[in-house]
Formats: sequence, structure tokens, C-alpha cells
Amino acid sequence: MNGRNPGRVFEPPAETWRVRYAKRDRMRWASHRDFQRSLERGVRRAGIPMAFSAGFRPHPKISYAGAVPTGAGSEAEYLELSTAVRIRSAVITSDLDEALPAGFSIMEAFRSTGGSLAERLQASLWEVEVLGLPEEQLGEAVDAFLAAGELPVERITKSGRRIVDARQPVLRFDARFEPDSKPQCAILDLALTHATPSVRATDVLAALWRVSGIGPKRAPRLTRMAQGPLVAGTGSVGDPLAPDRAGFLTPLS
Amino acid sequence: MAPPSLFPDLEPLLARVAKPVQYVGGEVNSVTKEWDGCRVRWVLAYPDAYEIGMSNQGLAILSEVLNSRSDVLAERACAVWPDLAELMREAGIPQFTLDSHRPVAAFDAVGVSLATELGYTNLLEFLDLSGIPIRSRDRGPDHPVVVAGGHCASNPEPLADFLDAVVLGDGEEAVLEITGVLREWKESCHRQGVGRRQDLLRRLADIPGVYVPSCYDVDYAGDGRIRRVVPNEPGVPWRVEKRVVSDLDLWSYPRRPVVPLAEAIHERCAVEIFRGCTRGCRFCQAGMITRPVRERSPEAVCELLAASLAATGIDEAGLLSLSSADYSGIEPLVKELADRYTDQRVSLSLPSTRVDAFNVELAQGLSRSGRRSGLTFAPEGGSERLRRVINKCVSRDDLIKTVAAAYSSGWRQVKLYFMCGLPTETDEDVLEIADLARDVIRTGREVSGRRDIRCTVSIGGFIPKPHTPFQWAAQLGWQATDERLSKLRSIIRDDREVGRAIGFRYHDGRPGLIEGLLARGDRRVGRVIEHAWRSGARFDGWSEWFSFERWERAAEEGLAGSGVDIDWFTTRERSADEVLPWDHLDYGLDRDWLWEDWQDALAETEVGDCRWDPCSGCGVCDRLGVDIQLGAT
Repeated sequence: MNGRNPGRVFEPPAETWRVRYAKRDRMRWASHRDFQRSLERGVRRAGIPMAFSAGFRPHPKISYAGAVPTGAGSEAEYLELSTAVRIRSAVITSDLDEALPAGFSIMEAFRSTGGSLAERLQASLWEVEVLGLPEEQLGEAVDAFLAAGELPVERITKSGRRIVDARQPVLRFDARFEPDSKPQCAILDLALTHATPSVRATDVLAALWRVSGIGPKRAPRLTRMAQGPLVAGTGSVGDPLAPDRAGFLTPLS
Repeated sequence: MAPPSLFPDLEPLLARVAKPVQYVGGEVNSVTKEWDGCRVRWVLAYPDAYEIGMSNQGLAILSEVLNSRSDVLAERACAVWPDLAELMREAGIPQFTLDSHRPVAAFDAVGVSLATELGYTNLLEFLDLSGIPIRSRDRGPDHPVVVAGGHCASNPEPLADFLDAVVLGDGEEAVLEITGVLREWKESCHRQGVGRRQDLLRRLADIPGVYVPSCYDVDYAGDGRIRRVVPNEPGVPWRVEKRVVSDLDLWSYPRRPVVPLAEAIHERCAVEIFRGCTRGCRFCQAGMITRPVRERSPEAVCELLAASLAATGIDEAGLLSLSSADYSGIEPLVKELADRYTDQRVSLSLPSTRVDAFNVELAQGLSRSGRRSGLTFAPEGGSERLRRVINKCVSRDDLIKTVAAAYSSGWRQVKLYFMCGLPTETDEDVLEIADLARDVIRTGREVSGRRDIRCTVSIGGFIPKPHTPFQWAAQLGWQATDERLSKLRSIIRDDREVGRAIGFRYHDGRPGLIEGLLARGDRRVGRVIEHAWRSGARFDGWSEWFSFERWERAAEEGLAGSGVDIDWFTTRERSADEVLPWDHLDYGLDRDWLWEDWQDALAETEVGDCRWDPCSGCGVCDRLGVDIQLGAT
């Protein structure tokens, strides 16, 4: 009657891009849904020729791998997006970056060479800024945490309340101090494996304050610094885009 | 000197509140300017949540008008939710603007949009949290001037003690004239003492369309009614006439609208296609106070829409007005936009409450891409008789034909909007809604051949509003409203044939009674608002925050000794000779015409629309020196 619904015609995407983005400054207060709306609008503002899903209400094909909780910043969030035609990487790293609100930044983008991105995101490195706790106390608290065999904390999950062990997924936990910072600020470096049910950095902090009996007046600021495959035995994570990055450097035939 | 940003102090609180993103600003297209480079600085405030305020077109237009001047700054602010307000008070952080997080009290003027009476307590909270005295008379020369506009400003009397000035009608020109007066006043006599503030208000009262409540005294008669409203300053007009912008195309309109970060109620690029409505629905305040009809040209509509879609990346477009299907060139416009945007997957919407097949055709034209939002028709009154009373003359057959067109064009669900508590209404009028809904479902099943046809009946309590023919009418008490609707609900629910296909939406009638009190109240109601706010009333438009008992107590305290009460303001019918609190505020409507229209309503006589029918003499064009403007010609 009014012509075919273009959304129902399935067009296979021309290519899929893997993107690392950052969530900084005041955009740490955006929820994942807020980010998704901003991104979809940014994609339109930047004029990216997106591939769309089939169905009654077609959506641009974007998939998100995990997401930091609202209030945490990140230097290492990942998503995949599919385009209807081939594009240059600058369309994403530059045009899309500029189309997003300040604080959401596109860091890098590579054509997918296959495999599962989600499976490569096995652990995260967190930086936690803590204000107003004496140096020794914080160091002792971390020692007490690491010395504990098991640290149960209560979490509300989709299937109700459950107790998770906050100690087990912690690979590395160090306190360091920024001598020049004003006011005095301590940094906790935390390496955390992605377990099921997931243990969040905030769960680890809750356990830290409980096991040590101390706690900061202001909520600490969390930033995810890296996310990727576990590097065995080091408590460190690798680059989840390494295979795609390698493929990208190979000339296209 | 620019006041510092409050954000560093605010940020630590954000971890402890719901939806923190609504407080951070920094949205795409948000405007920030150098403080020192601007000579007049406005806050444009919406006294409700961000998700509502960001969808307000009035403030977006004024922001565009003001910020397009290089030496004027306008920043946005919305009400903060009580969780954050409490933390801000503890931490000593005042109300802030969204764009630069500057303290509201540091600006020259606060422009408040009054869209709903149930936001009045939020206005007091906003001022108090800003550190601005809530009463106009307690403000000094260093406090911002508090100016209100919007539809509720057509009876600002309940807020008279709290507002410095009120703009009647269209704000585009008036806001610039106020800016001019502020600039002059700042540069000449500012900071010469508290007495000077009255001087500023007096100068504002000279601007056409600007009403300064403190320049008027109200006397009351022994029976509680108003004896008269008199200017208390020489040269102040006895009646303040509203402003009318005559050519919409000539005025700034947002071309780069702010893209909300938090989800807003309307996530769309909106373009106002016309202002005003002359359908003459007698309950409709918006239609009465925004006359005459002024259309934007189709070229301007297309151009504005293209600009704002490109600047925002939003994939929904809305053609806004009070009755968009009535735009004179609506068919070619819809075709043009559908041609242009269907392939770009932009969905188009057209708010319209018309009940006719044309509306369905338009909706079909808009939904070519397959995205179909629900279809809403608003017969408003349950019976044909009642629809003649309200001048929304839709016959039962029209309605059935219209829904048949919708169901046979592929819609599975329609929404029907009605009011309850209309003048002269009886139980029978309202119970007819059940018959209508039954016929709608039967027709839908018949024409579509399907059983999964649905119809939602949505009902709002009628609240008489100022400047309408129903301004004299008695509001139906909330108990009677609730009773009438519970009868209707049980009839629908017990209908075994169609009951399950009909959804019924109606909430509590009690907030409507308070809305009625605030809508038709006079200056004495200000004390009620203050008592309610002091006892914790906030966000009264949100059912989870509204407390009827709190308002009842506030009314007892606030109106003690006055001889009047909530019922006196709401469920009492007024006579022709009563001085109404807003009679000195002139929206161009001839009072005799309104009264005759009220009598016509009682006689069930309809009146035509002057776009197609002869002029009915409402008075607006003659008195305000304006004319109907159709864009396509």
C-alpha cells in the first residue's frame, strides 16, 4: 500500500568495527542507557552509514560489551558497530568522537577480524581515588583484605539477594599515594577478574572497609583503566583488540 | 566577576542520588558563554524535573532568542529532586544552572515557565534553594528579578506574593524588552539601596504585556468575593494586555536544540507549526489564551526540522501545535516530510486530538516507514449532548467511522481520551463511554477480522480554567468524580464480550481539586501554597509525592479567618457580576463573548471555528490588532 517497509529487508552489514571508548569527567554520571542514546544520536549526527537490524522497529546495529556502573569513569569500554558500507576508521575515531558530548571519547577503532570480543574481556584494572584517609591506615586495610581467605558481601542480583566472595576475584590490590595531590589523595590499584555472579569494584571496596573497620567520608572515585584478556600469572590484562589491530595493519586486498 | 562553578562541590553528592546525569549539564548543543562578556544574565527555569523541563518548547525558544544576542546570557535550570535538595542544604550548595553550574542567585533575572499549577510548590523550593527570598517584597537590589510566563501565568494571582513580574502571552519580544530595562537599570541606578528595587519593578510594569503584581491592590467584599483590583502606582495600566507575536517566521526558533542526556518525556525534534487554536473547545484554556491562529510557513517548518535533526541526531520529529491536523497545508507538508525522511528512518508524529478520518489518513502518511505509534482520538465528552456543551461536536457515527478507518488501516490499538466532571454532566453521559468503547471494539473486530483489537479509555478530571467560557463553572468534587468513574469502570470490566479488550486509565481525583484551587485561586491562595511547601509539598504533579491531606491542612491554615475554603474556590459556580481574580489580565477575549459562550454551552449550542466559519466575535483580533495568519497562503 505504502511500499515495502525498508526495515524488514535484511541487508547484511558491510563491516563490523570494534571500538574502545572512554567515559570521563562528568559523563561518569551517565548510565549505560544514557550513553547508548548519546551514541545512537552521535552516529546520526556524524552521518555514519549504519547497518540496521531487521524487524518492525529497526535499530542501528551496535552491541555493547559490559558497561561500567553509573558514577564510575572508564578509559576502556568496548562496543561493536556494523556499517552498511565500508568506511574509513577516521569516520569513527574523528567524526563520531566529535559528535558525542564532551566526556565520551572514542579512543580507537578497528575492523573486526572475528572471534568474540566479549570473551576477551576477562578482567579489569581499576583505579580508585580515596580522599582523606591516612596513608598507613589504607596500606594496612589492603594488607588485611589480601590476607583474608574469603570476604562475603551481599549483592542484589536479578535472582535476588546473594552472597558473593569479594576476595576470590581480586588478582592484585595495591595502595599508593600521590604526594603532590591536594587534598591528600590515595590511589588503590585493583585488578579484578570478571566472575559470575559478577563482583564489582564497589563490592571489593565494601569488603575492604568492613575488614579494616575504616572508611572514607566521601565516596571514592572509580575509573576502569583497562579491560582485556588475563595475562597468566601477572595480575595484568592484555589488549582485547590485539587480533583486530593486527588485522588492521595488514593491507586490504 | 564570574561566580565559580558549583560542580566540584556538587559532584561528591551525585553518588547518593537517583539519575545523577540530569544534574551534570554538558549536553550536545548546551550553550555556555563568558560571564563577564554579558551584560544581562538570565536563568530560564523549569520548576519540575529535568525530564519534563527539557521537553518544554517555551524555554527553548526564549533561550534561543536571548542567547542569539552576544551580550546576553541565558542558562537553563530545573528543579532538583528532594533527595539531592536535602544533600545540597546539608552541604550549603545553592540551586545551580545546568550549563555552567553557576549559582542562580548570581544572575540578573530568573524566568520561570509555569506549565502546570502543581509545580507551584517547586517554584518556592527552587527560589529557597537558590537563596532568593520567596516573597517579592523581601528581595533586595542584588537579588534576581523573578519573572513568570507560560499558560498558568494567565492567572498568576496565587503566586502574586512570590513573583516580581509576569509576562502575558508570547514571550519573544517581551523578554528582550525586559532585558533592555534590566540593562539600563543595572547601569544607572543599581546598588543604590533597597528602595531602588521597587523602581525596577515600576519600570517593568511599563512594558506592554508585563504585569507586576505588587503594583496592584486587591480589595475583598464581606462575602469573600473580590471587590476590585486597583493599581497602587500612578501610570500603571488598569488592565494588562497580553503580547502577540505576529509573524512566527521572523522570530528565532531553536535550530540546535539541546539533546537531553537523561531520558526526557519527549525525545523528538519539535517544530511548532502554528500557535493558537480557534476550534473553540470550551474547556481548553490553551486554545483561548493563545488566539489568533498564526501558522509558520511550510518552507520554514521544513528548514527548521532539517536543521535540528542534523544538529541533534534525534530520529523522531514532531510537528507541534494545539491541533496539528488543522494546519492549512498539512497534507503537502506531511507528504514532503515523509518523502524526505522515511528512508532516513526518522519517525514523524503529529499531536492532534481530532476525531475524523482525515486524522487517520495523515497518521498513515506519517508512518510509511512502518513505525506506528498509537493513535489517539479525543472525543472528550461521553455523550453527543455533552460534546455539544463543550463545543467538540463529534457524532457517535463520526467516531465509529474514524476508528473503523484506523483499524482497517492496520492499527490494532487506539486510545480514546475523555474528561469527567464537565458542566451539566450526569452519570448517564459518562456511562455512555462504555457503550462507545463497546462499539469501537465490535467495529474494530469486524473491519479487521481479528480478535486482538484493543482500545484504551483514558479519563482526566475536568478542571475549569481562567479565560475560558467555563471559568464560571463549578468543578465536580473529587468524591463525585471518583464515584462516577468507578461505576464506568465496573460496567466496562463486567462486559464479558469486550471488557478484556478495553483498558481503563484513570487516577485519583484529588490532585485535580488542588489543581482547581490553584488555577482559579486569588492572592489568598498564596498562603496555602506557602504552608504546603513549608510542610514538605514538592513535585505535586507526581502521584508518589502528592499528599491531599497536606494540602487540606495547608488550606485550613492558609485560609483561616478569610471565610473562604477549598470548595469556595473550586466547586462553587460564579455569577456574571463576580470580579474574577484574573479579570484585569487581558488575553484579548471579550468578557461578554465568554459569558455568552458559557450560556450557549448550557443551551447545548455549538460555535464555529473562525478559520472556516464566520467570526464569532471573541474579540482577540480587534482588541489586539492582529489577524489570523495561514502559512500556506
